[in-house]
Amino acid sequence: MIRSLRWKGAAFTVPFQLGFVFLYLLPIGYAVYQSLYLQKQSGLGLGGATREFVGLENYQQGLTDSAFMTSILRVVLFACVQIPFMLLVSLFLALLLDAVTSKVAGRFRILLLVPYMIPGVVAAIVWVNLYSPAVGPLTPLGELFGFDWNFFAPSMVWPAIGNLLTWHGIGYNMVIIYSALQSVPRELFEAARLDGASELRIARSIKIPFVRGALVLTALLSIIQMLQIFNEPALFRNVTPQTVSDDFAPIMIIYNQAFNAGNYNYAAALSVLLALFLGIASFLFYRLTSREAD
Amino acid sequence: MALTKDRKENDTGNGTKTAAVPPRGGNGVRRRTRPDPAARSRGGQRFILVGLVLASAYSLFPVYWLIIAATKDRVGLYQSNGLWFSGFHLWENLQQVFTYEDGIFLRWTANSFLYAGVGSLGGTLIALLTGYGLARFDFPGRGVVFATVVGSFLIPIALLTLPLYLMFSEIGLVDTPWAMLIPCLINPFSVYLAKVYTEATIPFELLEAARIDGAGELRIFFSIVLRMMTTGGATVFLLAFVNTWNAFFLPLTVLRGEENWTLNLGLYNWSGKRLESGIDVTSLVLTGALLSIIPMAIMMVAMRRYWRSGVTLGALK
Repeated sequence: MIRSLRWKGAAFTVPFQLGFVFLYLLPIGYAVYQSLYLQKQSGLGLGGATREFVGLENYQQGLTDSAFMTSILRVVLFACVQIPFMLLVSLFLALLLDAVTSKVAGRFRILLLVPYMIPGVVAAIVWVNLYSPAVGPLTPLGELFGFDWNFFAPSMVWPAIGNLLTWHGIGYNMVIIYSALQSVPRELFEAARLDGASELRIARSIKIPFVRGALVLTALLSIIQMLQIFNEPALFRNVTPQTVSDDFAPIMIIYNQAFNAGNYNYAAALSVLLALFLGIASFLFYRLTSREAD
Repeated sequence: MALTKDRKENDTGNGTKTAAVPPRGGNGVRRRTRPDPAARSRGGQRFILVGLVLASAYSLFPVYWLIIAATKDRVGLYQSNGLWFSGFHLWENLQQVFTYEDGIFLRWTANSFLYAGVGSLGGTLIALLTGYGLARFDFPGRGVVFATVVGSFLIPIALLTLPLYLMFSEIGLVDTPWAMLIPCLINPFSVYLAKVYTEATIPFELLEAARIDGAGELRIFFSIVLRMMTTGGATVFLLAFVNTWNAFFLPLTVLRGEENWTLNLGLYNWSGKRLESGIDVTSLVLTGALLSIIPMAIMMVAMRRYWRSGVTLGALK
């Protein structure tokens, strides 16, 4: 390519690069910078606060902060249960869709995607009210079948939020897996059928291995989202504070440190730590799944 | 029911749809000599349809309940069977939503449209420029730019939002629409999509031909590339719009006064209200929630061709 043309091409990306510097790099740098300082009240709090360089002290505190580490562990454990469950259901539905005519599949697909069209906060509002012992239909429905469940009890938070996330995520993940299925060469099925393979066998030995990449990707996206979960627990807490504590998820703690405790420096250190955890988790997951493939 | 699979295979075999439609629910006419596996297990097809119907019922149930709840007055909401209608008070509820606190709900709706619409429009233009530059030019550092784009998918929102809040408050942007609009301009995922679309739709030869004809690079972009990228551009815009419309953590952090809030933020605030003030606003929240879904649903259904390709492209490439 001609030299001048190269630079003209680079010029097309300049607005983005400038924006990226101001809206990504600068904030990240600022967060790291802030995380190395601490506001300290001098004496009796009279002389105002002074800012002091404390090095990695905030990080040390974060790593030994049992509330923060517990919240990360909580979210990771939750991810280990909810994400496989949601992806299994999505895979199952994608396989079902793949087994009907494209016309029928198209109709069901749009129905199954309805939850995806609903904003996360609104979905949480709707489900919190469905769960509500006062207005929700689930409590009387449970009574009808002899279940005495109370979705607002602290022990039910996990199933309640898990169901909400699963409901919200199934359609989207199903569509991704379904499009991967659609790209499997149909002749493979014909050949397998001629060899006498059952439909279940075809699903297990051809279709599922073929959509492995899509599964890894949807899992990775779900892990990234889960570590940053905020909307759902925040809304639960907003409606039933006795159900969800304010240190439930890592981002809730960060938000509270910044805006309720006014400790931006510590909040900045925690958000850097969360980013590091996220990077490590994604990397480990990626390594784990790509090694299996060999 | 059992013949759905037959129909599909006949479609491809005969090329005509009408000829292949089997009598509904009947003991279908077998058109193929080789027994079709799906027809072989009629129970299998029935199982598949039952599974899909159940899953659809699960997906639609909350929306169904929300619609019913929006038609009830307070007494009905708390005392009647939640799964069926009891009186019809939808108009009163709507009126209440639109007049509550001097019609702040309309203000929030307008704000959501403003942030999502204008922010995504700007973001899409920048993404298309960048995607085109990355896909069709070979400049030094291109790999680095693309790697940053993909790498930034991993950055947690909290890591960006908190310092952004601090920076915006230093320059007086907190609590203004700019605090929502500016971050929307830079969206790495949009750039990624735009690059993939450019690679799929803009041939090198076309650009060469335009250059030989003496067209400048900017002119090539605005009068040829942009026009050919309408589908890709619409998809990028749609996904960015949905993203901004659904945003919660950013508006919660940078918007303080309720006249700048988004619908999500307003509804979140209303849903916490019944605790503080003792007024019950549940039906207000539910009717508002139903209303807030409508623009999204219309947009998604009207533009489903675009977002389906966007969702899958983004995921599989």
